[in-house]
Amino acid sequence: MLTFTLRRLLLAIPILLVISLVIFLLVDLAPGSPMSEIPLTVPPDVRQKMIEALGADQPVFVRYLLWLKQFFWVEPMTLVDGWFGTDFTAGEQRILSWQSRSPVFTIIGQRIPQTLTVVGTAYLVGVLIAVPIGIYSAYRQYSFFDQAGTLFAMIGFSVPTFFSGTLFIIIFAVWLGWFPTKYDTTLEVTDWATFWEQVRQMALPVMTLGLANAAAISRYMRSSMLDNMAMDYVRTARAKGMSERVVVLRHVLRNSLIPVGTVIALGIPSIFGGAIITENLFGVNGIGAALIGAIHANDIPMVQTLAFIFAVLIVLFNLIADIIYGLLDPRIRYD
Amino acid sequence: MTDTSAAPKPSSPLRDVWAQFRSHKGAMFGLITLSVLIIAVLIGPYLWVPEKLSVAQAIKLKNQGPSLRFPLGTDQLGRDMLARMLLAGRISLAVGLVAMGIAIVFGTLIGVLAGYFRRLDGPLMRLTDMFLALPLVPLLLVMVMLFRDRIAGIIGPEMGAFTLIVFAIGITSWMATARIVRGEVLTLKEREYVLAARSIGARPNRIILRHILPNVISPVMVAATLGVAEAIITESVLSFLGLGFPPDFPTWGRLLYDGLQYMQVYPERVVWPGVAISLTVLSVNYIGDGLRDALDPRIRGR
Repeated sequence: MLTFTLRRLLLAIPILLVISLVIFLLVDLAPGSPMSEIPLTVPPDVRQKMIEALGADQPVFVRYLLWLKQFFWVEPMTLVDGWFGTDFTAGEQRILSWQSRSPVFTIIGQRIPQTLTVVGTAYLVGVLIAVPIGIYSAYRQYSFFDQAGTLFAMIGFSVPTFFSGTLFIIIFAVWLGWFPTKYDTTLEVTDWATFWEQVRQMALPVMTLGLANAAAISRYMRSSMLDNMAMDYVRTARAKGMSERVVVLRHVLRNSLIPVGTVIALGIPSIFGGAIITENLFGVNGIGAALIGAIHANDIPMVQTLAFIFAVLIVLFNLIADIIYGLLDPRIRYD
Repeated sequence: MTDTSAAPKPSSPLRDVWAQFRSHKGAMFGLITLSVLIIAVLIGPYLWVPEKLSVAQAIKLKNQGPSLRFPLGTDQLGRDMLARMLLAGRISLAVGLVAMGIAIVFGTLIGVLAGYFRRLDGPLMRLTDMFLALPLVPLLLVMVMLFRDRIAGIIGPEMGAFTLIVFAIGITSWMATARIVRGEVLTLKEREYVLAARSIGARPNRIILRHILPNVISPVMVAATLGVAEAIITESVLSFLGLGFPPDFPTWGRLLYDGLQYMQVYPERVVWPGVAISLTVLSVNYIGDGLRDALDPRIRGR
C-alpha cells in the first residue's frame, strides 16, 4: 500500500507539471490579453512601463518558471512564515492578482470559507439524502419508492442547476417569500437571530446543489446495494436468523459504502471548485465567483493559479479515492 | 404489432434491439418527446413566422403576456418569444449534436489507437488521464473568453461563437468514449476472428474498420446519446455565465440568461427555456438508458 501510494505520488508530479504548462500556456498565449486592452491614448513609454510593472515583458518560459517557483516554494513558505514567524520568503515576490495587486493566495484565503460553508454543506446534505434513498430503493427494488427514486435521480441529472436554482428563487423567494434571493456575504453569525438569518440565506443554494449531488450519489448507492444484496454472505446472515435490520444495515450497508465512498471522495474537488453556477446565481462570494470575476477582468495570474489549484485537487482526490478503496476493501491489492 | 396471420418474422439483431427498446417506458417517452422537439424546431420557424414590426410598434408591444398573437408573450424588446424559442432550440440542439460528433470521433480514434497499438497505449492513456484532471468548466470559460473576439473577427460573430463553443466542448468531452472504446478494443483484438483476419494478411486499418469498429458501435452509441445531453448542458452553462452566444443568435441557455433580470416580474421568460433544456436533456438521458438496455444482449429478452 505504501509503495503504491509513493509510486502514485511520484507519477502525479509529471502529470501536474504538464497540466500546469497547459493551463499556463492556454491562458497566457491567448490573443485577448490585457496588453491589447490598454487604451491607445496611453503614450508608448507609459504603456511599456505598465507592461513591465505587470512582469509581462519577460519571455514565456521565464514567467512560467517564476510562476512555478512562486506556486510551489514562495506561497507554501509564506504560509510557514505566517505560522512560525520565520522569514524564508523575505523579499520574494508572491503571485499577484492583476486586478487588485494583492497576493492571489490572500484572496483565495478570503473566499474559501464562503465556498466551503455553502457548497460543503450542500454536498453533505446531498450525501445524507442520497444514502437512505439508495438503501431503501435497493431493498425494495422495483417498488413504488424505487420508481419514484429513479425518477427523482433522472430529473436531478437532467435539470441543470442554473434552472433548478432559478425555479427555487421564483417559488420560495419571490412567491412565498420564505428565503432571501441573495446570499449576504457580510453577515456575521453572533447570536441566534443572525444564525437563523444565515440558515435562511443558505437554504436555497444548499437545496439547489444538494439535490443535484443527491441524484447522482443515490444511484451509485442503489446499484452498490443491489450488487451486495445478491451475495452469498447475505443469504448466510439471513439463514443464521439475523434480523433484516442487522442484515441490511450492518452487513450489506458496510460493504456497499466502499465504492460509494470513493465516488464521494471524487466529488470533493468540485466543492472547492465551487459550484460556479450556484455561486453566481445566489451571489455567494466564493472561489467560483472569484474565478468568473478574474476571467471577466483578464486577471491572468489569478485564473492560472485557480485553475491549477483545481487540477491539483482533482489529482489529489483521485489518489485519495484509490487509497481509501484499497484500505477499506481487503480484496483490492495494488501491489 | 404482433401479426398472427403471417409466420413469425425471422428475428434480426436490429429488430431485437428495437423490441427491447420499445419495452422501456422511459426510453419511449424520451424518443417521442425528443422527436416532437426536433420536429418543432426544424419546421416550426417556417410555420410560425413572427410579424414584421417597426421599432415603434415593437416597443409598444414589449413585455406582453401570452396571447393569441404572441403565444409565449414578448420580451423586453417586443420580440416574439415563441419564434425566439424555436430558433434558439435549433441552435441548442445543433450545438449538442455537433459537439457530441466531435467528441465521439475524437474519442473513438484515440480509443482504437490506444487499444489496438500497444506502443501508443501508454502515451494516449496518459493524455486521457491528463484531460480528465483538467478543471473543464473554468478552462472552457477561459477559452471562450480569450478566443471569442479573435475567431469572431475571422468568420463573423455568429459562426465564430458556434465554431468556438462546439469545438471547445467537443475537445474537452471525448475522454469517457476513449476509455470505453479502448477497453472494448483490448478484448476484441484477442478474439479468434481478428486472429483469423490477421492470419490471412489483413492490414491493421482493414481489421480496425471491418472487424473491430462495427463491434464497438453499441457502447459508442450510448456514450454519444449521453454526450448530447452533456453538451447541451455545458453550452447553456456558458451562455448562462454570459460567455456563450450573442443575444441576436440565441440558444435556450442564452434566453434563460436574458430572462434572469426580469425573473421577479416575468418568471415565464426563465421557465420556458429552462423547461425546454430540462426536457431535452431528460429525454436524451432516458433514450441513453433505454439504448444501454436494448444493446446489452444479456438483458435483452428478459
